[in-house]
Amino acid sequence: MTAPTAADTESVQPFAAAPARSGRAALVWRRFRRNKFAMVGLVGLVLLFLFAFLGPLLTHWSPTDIDLVNTQSGPTGDHFFGTDDVGHDMFAQTVSGMQKSLIIGLLVALLSTGSAGLLGTAAAYFGGWWEKVIVWLTDLFLVVPSLLMLIILSPYFQGASWLVLVPMIALFSWMITSRVVRGMTLTIREREFVRAARYMGVPAWTIIRRHIIPNISSILIVDFTLNVGAAIVTESFLSFLGFGIRTPNVSLGTVINDGAQFASTDQWYLFVFPASVLVLIILCVNFIGDGLRDALDPNSTGASAR
Amino acid sequence: MGAFIVRRLLNYVVLVFVATSLAYLGAATAFHPKDMYLQKNPPTPAVVMYHELNERNDNPDKPVLERYAHWVDGVAHGDFGQTWQLDSVSKHFSISVWVTVRLVTVAAVISAVAGILIGSFQAVRQYKFSDHAITFGSYIIFAMPVFVLAPLLKLVAVQVNKAVGGNTPLLQYQGEIDPDATGFWGQLFSRADHLLLPTISLSLGLIAFYSRYQRGQMLDVLGSDFLRTARAKGLSKSRAILKHGVRTAVIPVMTLVTYSTILTFAGAIITERVFGWNGLGSWFTDATNHSDVNSVAVITLFSAVLVLIAGMLSDVITALLDPRVRL
Repeated sequence: MTAPTAADTESVQPFAAAPARSGRAALVWRRFRRNKFAMVGLVGLVLLFLFAFLGPLLTHWSPTDIDLVNTQSGPTGDHFFGTDDVGHDMFAQTVSGMQKSLIIGLLVALLSTGSAGLLGTAAAYFGGWWEKVIVWLTDLFLVVPSLLMLIILSPYFQGASWLVLVPMIALFSWMITSRVVRGMTLTIREREFVRAARYMGVPAWTIIRRHIIPNISSILIVDFTLNVGAAIVTESFLSFLGFGIRTPNVSLGTVINDGAQFASTDQWYLFVFPASVLVLIILCVNFIGDGLRDALDPNSTGASAR
Repeated sequence: MGAFIVRRLLNYVVLVFVATSLAYLGAATAFHPKDMYLQKNPPTPAVVMYHELNERNDNPDKPVLERYAHWVDGVAHGDFGQTWQLDSVSKHFSISVWVTVRLVTVAAVISAVAGILIGSFQAVRQYKFSDHAITFGSYIIFAMPVFVLAPLLKLVAVQVNKAVGGNTPLLQYQGEIDPDATGFWGQLFSRADHLLLPTISLSLGLIAFYSRYQRGQMLDVLGSDFLRTARAKGLSKSRAILKHGVRTAVIPVMTLVTYSTILTFAGAIITERVFGWNGLGSWFTDATNHSDVNSVAVITLFSAVLVLIAGMLSDVITALLDPRVRL
């Protein structure tokens, strides 16, 4: 719901003189392409995705395999990233962890940005009790320390599928966006074209979908991008402490945690390889997010816009 | 105005109560406190287990709401219950909280001062090489979560120690103080040495965060008329920037600084774990691993209260710094 369709993008500029179809998308893309960092981020992220999903083809080791002959081996032609003290191939583990982290990041961002958009617009548009309840819930979730809460609830998803982490992390990461969205909707609600639609008898949810969401799409898109990075960090944080993804599943957090035990030894590369993969992912996501923000809103000045 | 503040305060208290209750009920239903006893070898006798569980008010055979009511009653009387080691939670808290305070205070001050100075410096020299270099550096730091940064610092410390050689390692990365350190200066040095790496791991991210924000605010201020007036009235450039520029730009940043500083007290989990400090963060993870509801609840209560203090404190600081706001 965050990605505007061709029809939606036209209503983004209700006052512009009939732009060419998807004119805004082309404009944004042109601005985005001009930004060197953003393009580096985009290309980098595509490469990282390819690496995560095609990487397993490069090696005959699977993440659960144990090479009893070569424990604690350095990076070799057979074990690209070396092996840990048990004999796990760290390359296979890193690549498999990347897959999980990327999927979790995307899904969490989709869910949290989506629900933030829904709750924020609904609160501002309907007003009354809706607004009271949603604003109070937002305040409550901001006071609840989210990382501590995720750790507390971790026994719940101990035996469950690793996908349970997605709604759990999303549950604690929608509040700030929802606040911003509510603020923006409050002003858009009073604009003439929204009023006109309302007096014409257009149903509320159609107005939200057709007139309000497209007008806040820029913040939703940027927020979605940055949430991908934040979700990957949260997931890795939990897994690093042992409260997220557990064996036999691996995520970047568990691999980094395994590697971190070796950070102060001669096998420091066991830590450095998976850690740099994580840093690269977040770097690329942040570059794209900032590039998108500049492309979507030329008046914004970096940090102060958020 | 007074009624408004009272209503807001009341709402805050309700929020803290609900948040802590959620944490308590979540923990009480999610944890499996029997496991700790049954997984021992040999398993703890059932009589002892139930006695201890009842003592801790963690007996999973009792209804959750009954345990919750008991806990609320205790808290109302200032009794926070017992930890999984059957210590008093209050006593444990008063020890752990000071460990965290010793860990975080220096980092909080350094990062606030450095962040604001670096951000202002960047804004004054916008688009110069230094600006680009610092911006790029903060991008890298943003992409580096603490659980990557802290082990990385350890890695570097080990290599530095190796390069320097000597009997005692130069850079310490485990615990708070060397137990062999003697004398006032020896202990002070040992403490500072142990504090160095955790402080870097806590402050780098904050510095990058603050400086980026301060840079944006400062850029808005630098083009303003009142700064030009100050210059026109004969103030030197540096004085004008410091007295009129930084002071104005720092107001919105202080909100951020207050929030982040206070939240660091509750959020140093990874740093404490990696560098072996027994503060609140380590206690929280240990308590979760031992299904200790009372400890988990008190730490959540503490951090919920901190969030609210941060909210109110940032209002006060804004009022103090901004002459337009009157309390």
